This record gives sequence, structure tokens and C-alpha cells, in this order.
Amino acid sequence: MNVIDLAKTPLREVNSRLQKLPKDTNERLWKLVNVHGEHACAVGLTQPIEVQIEGHIGYYCGGMNQQATIVVNGQCGVGLAENIMSGEVRVKGNASAAAGATGQGGLIVIEGDAGTRCGISMKGVDIVVGGSVGAMSAFMAQAGSLVVCGDAGANLGDSLYEARIYVQGKVESLGADCVEKKMTPHHVAKLEKLLKRAGIGANPNKFKRYGSARKLYNFHVDNVDAY
Amino acid sequence: MCGIVGLFLKNPSLQSKLGAHVETMLVGMSERGPDSAGIAVYHSPVAAGRSKLTLFNADEAYPWRKLAGDLGAALNVETDVSQKGNHALLIAETSEDKVIDWLHANRHDVRIMGYGKLMEVYKDMGLPGAVAKKYGLKKMAGTHAIGHTRMATESAVTTEHSHPFTPAPDMCLVHNGSLSNHNNLRKWLKKQGQSFDTDNDSEVAARYFAYRLGEGATLKEALEAGLTDLDGFFTFTMGTKDGFAVVRDGIACKPAVLAENDDWVAMASEFRSLAYLPDIEKAKIWEPAPATVYTWSLH
Repeated sequence: MNVIDLAKTPLREVNSRLQKLPKDTNERLWKLVNVHGEHACAVGLTQPIEVQIEGHIGYYCGGMNQQATIVVNGQCGVGLAENIMSGEVRVKGNASAAAGATGQGGLIVIEGDAGTRCGISMKGVDIVVGGSVGAMSAFMAQAGSLVVCGDAGANLGDSLYEARIYVQGKVESLGADCVEKKMTPHHVAKLEKLLKRAGIGANPNKFKRYGSARKLYNFHVDNVDAY
Repeated sequence: MCGIVGLFLKNPSLQSKLGAHVETMLVGMSERGPDSAGIAVYHSPVAAGRSKLTLFNADEAYPWRKLAGDLGAALNVETDVSQKGNHALLIAETSEDKVIDWLHANRHDVRIMGYGKLMEVYKDMGLPGAVAKKYGLKKMAGTHAIGHTRMATESAVTTEHSHPFTPAPDMCLVHNGSLSNHNNLRKWLKKQGQSFDTDNDSEVAARYFAYRLGEGATLKEALEAGLTDLDGFFTFTMGTKDGFAVVRDGIACKPAVLAENDDWVAMASEFRSLAYLPDIEKAKIWEPAPATVYTWSLH
């Protein structure tokens, strides 16, 4: 394992080193220590390496990730794994606002709670939250799944497109055009697979499913006077 | 853009290190606010019957000793003054109201940065680390402190517009965000008898909370009333003589992180400022929820 001490090596150098690893690299396991809440740590990685981050981390950790597995042994700041393309980003603690924003693919696992706007504008990423999510989560979410094992804050799934939301606990309120939908065996199977992939031991039968009523994003002739 | 930090000590054995920890926290917010910084520290309470005021004049050669002498002679009280940069700490053997009245009548060139029994307030231009060093923050012991670092985006870099705002004895407020109904609220507060030093929206919030507290509201009640009456974006951190509070607006787009363990409560705009606190690795760390009031009290 390669251990990098961020108290000694500047973050920019660390990111550049991880980003430049060749496709056939043998250096597949990395550990970053003394991270002290740095922003934009382990961003833009493209190779299937594993990066363990020891301690709490700042904004945009694991942003734009492709293929890499990033594990944060701590809490993380705003914009975790923003625009993730593939791979996996896991946080052992809590995540702040806008986790997984605009994520296109891959998996994000937040073992603790996520703040407001978790999965905002997600476009295909799967997000599994072991705890609860804050207000306005999955706002304008377009594709992918948001799984919440705890509760969801106000205005869940506001202006939702085609993303799927599964919540085990209470939902404070649903946002515009977000409705509860039937949990079919097909959805239970999908959720079971996703929970297993995330390593979260929850019972998929206890979740409720929410999605778009599809009344908001298509033009409706009844609304013609409004334009 | 601004940076906010606050530290509230529950364990008295940490009090000697208050300033040192807050300095580290303030330096952590340098990138969010490299232009100026302000601190309010709750330490060294004065004896009963005395008051403590932090005063400001831009001229470092200002005759503070003469001011203290004149004040003492006029009110027939003991006074003591010590200079720190372009600030002076004045202790007088009388109530703060009498000192403030005398200053307003006799020293128009002196600005009162803060007053009460224990709060001291310093605001200056430059990097947060340099400001902390200039005013000897590291050596200040105490129970709690609040700091603010500023990156000026719309108005000039002056101490006048710098936070913390101190509208009442031993009370201070720092604000990250902007208010949209401050003009109406200022008009209303003026009708209630409040007076203003600046055109700043954050001062309106500070005086609003001071007004509510003056009406007899608890810290929690005052802040909850603010959630109804203040319109705009805000993360506020507030200190009173024995209290500490954090509140964010309903959208919560201005950043905030809270951390707490048995010994302390800390607030910062970003985790970077909390990273070096003792036992931070084991503290509870979370993002304060929108429109939710968090308060702590020494008693």
C-alpha cells in the first residue's frame, strides 16, 4: 500500500499523482492520511484503484470519479462525489449537502446521514444512505436510485424526472410532482440487489418507493394560457 | 464570501487554551476571508460594578490615556486602559451605559466595538492569522469566542462593516449570507427605539435579536422569531455572556458544520477550521439542519 501524508505532500501533487497512474498500474491501493478537511481530494480519478482517506474531508471529495473506489473513514463536506461517472465512493460517517450532485453512474454509499439536497440533479448514479437525508433531496433527479434507510427531509424529490427513490423511514413531505408508487416484486428485487452491492443490511420489503407523477415536465395543453 | 468560526467550551479545564484553538480555527478560514477578520472573545470578566469596553480609532497614536483620564475625571470613577493595535480596552468603575453616554458626547472619533462585563471585540484588515497575532488572541483564556473572516465582494474593506456586530452588552453576532428585507426591518426596529451605526444588513439582524432578547425572549425564542421575521440567506452564529447559538435559513445554502463532544461545541463554515480541535476525530460532527435553532448555555 502507498501511504501519502497530506501534512507533507501538497494536495495538488497528491491528486496529480493519482490522476496520472497508467492503466496497467500495480499501485492499486492508496491511503491518504492527515487530510484535515482539504477540499477536492481524490478528484478526477480514472483508474480502478482504491483510495482510503483517513479522517474528515472537505468539499467535492471524489468528484468526477471514474472506476476508482474511494473510502472515507470519516465525515465529508459539500458535494461528495459530484458528477461521479463510475466506480464507488463510500463514506463511513456523515456527508454534507449536495452529495452525489449530477452523478451519472457508479455507486455512492453514505453509511451515516446526508445533508440537504442529496442526489440533486442525479443522472444515473445509485446513492445508498444508511441514515437519513436532509431537505430537498433528489431535487430534479433525472435517473438512478436514491435509497434512504432512515428518514427523508422536506420536499423530497421536488421536480423529479425518472429517478427512483426508496425510503424506509418517514418522509417529512414530498416535493412538487413527487408521489408514492407501488413497490412491485421487480422493485424489491432491484432494491435488494442495490442494498447488497452497498453492503447495507436493510430489509428491502420495508421500503416505500417514490417517483415522478410525470405531470410537471411535459407540456400540457390545459396550461397554454400560462405562457 | 465569508468564513465563520465559533468555539464554546463546556469543560472549564480547556479555558486557558480558548484563544489558541480559536486562532487555529480562524486561520482555517483564510481562503474564505483573506481581507479582514473580527473576533469576539468572552474572557476575564470584570468585577461587579465595573464595565469593559473595546474602543477603536484608526490612528495607532490615539491618546487613549487621555481619554481614560478625562472619562475618570468627568464621572469621578477609576478607569484603566490598555492599547492593542488601533483598539483600546477600557475598564471603568461604573456602568457601561454611563461610559457610552460620555463617549457619545465627548469622543465622536472613537467607535465602540463591543461592551459589557467580559466580551472583547477586535476587528482589523489583513489575513486572519495576522489579525489574531496582532491582538494576542492565542493568549486569551475564556469560555467562548466567535470569529469572522471576510472576503469583500460588494463593499469596502473597513472595520466598520466587519463582523462581529455587537448590539447589546456581551452579545455578538456573525452572519454569512444576505438579507432581503433589512430595510423594512430597520425601519421597524427604529420605531421600536433601536439606533443603527451602519447600513449593513447583518447589523439589522444583530439589532433584531438584541431587541427580542431585550423583550425577555430566551436565546432560542429570539432566534426562532428571527426565522419568521428575517428574509434572506443566513448562517448566524451568536454569542451572549453565557450562551452560544447557531441558526440557518430554510434553504441552508450558506455552509455550516457543527461538532460537539463532552468538552466543547464548535461551529465553522467548513470542516477545515475544526480539523485541529482536541479529540475532533471522536466528536459528533453534523451539518446543522435548515430553519433549526441550536443553542448551548454555560448554566
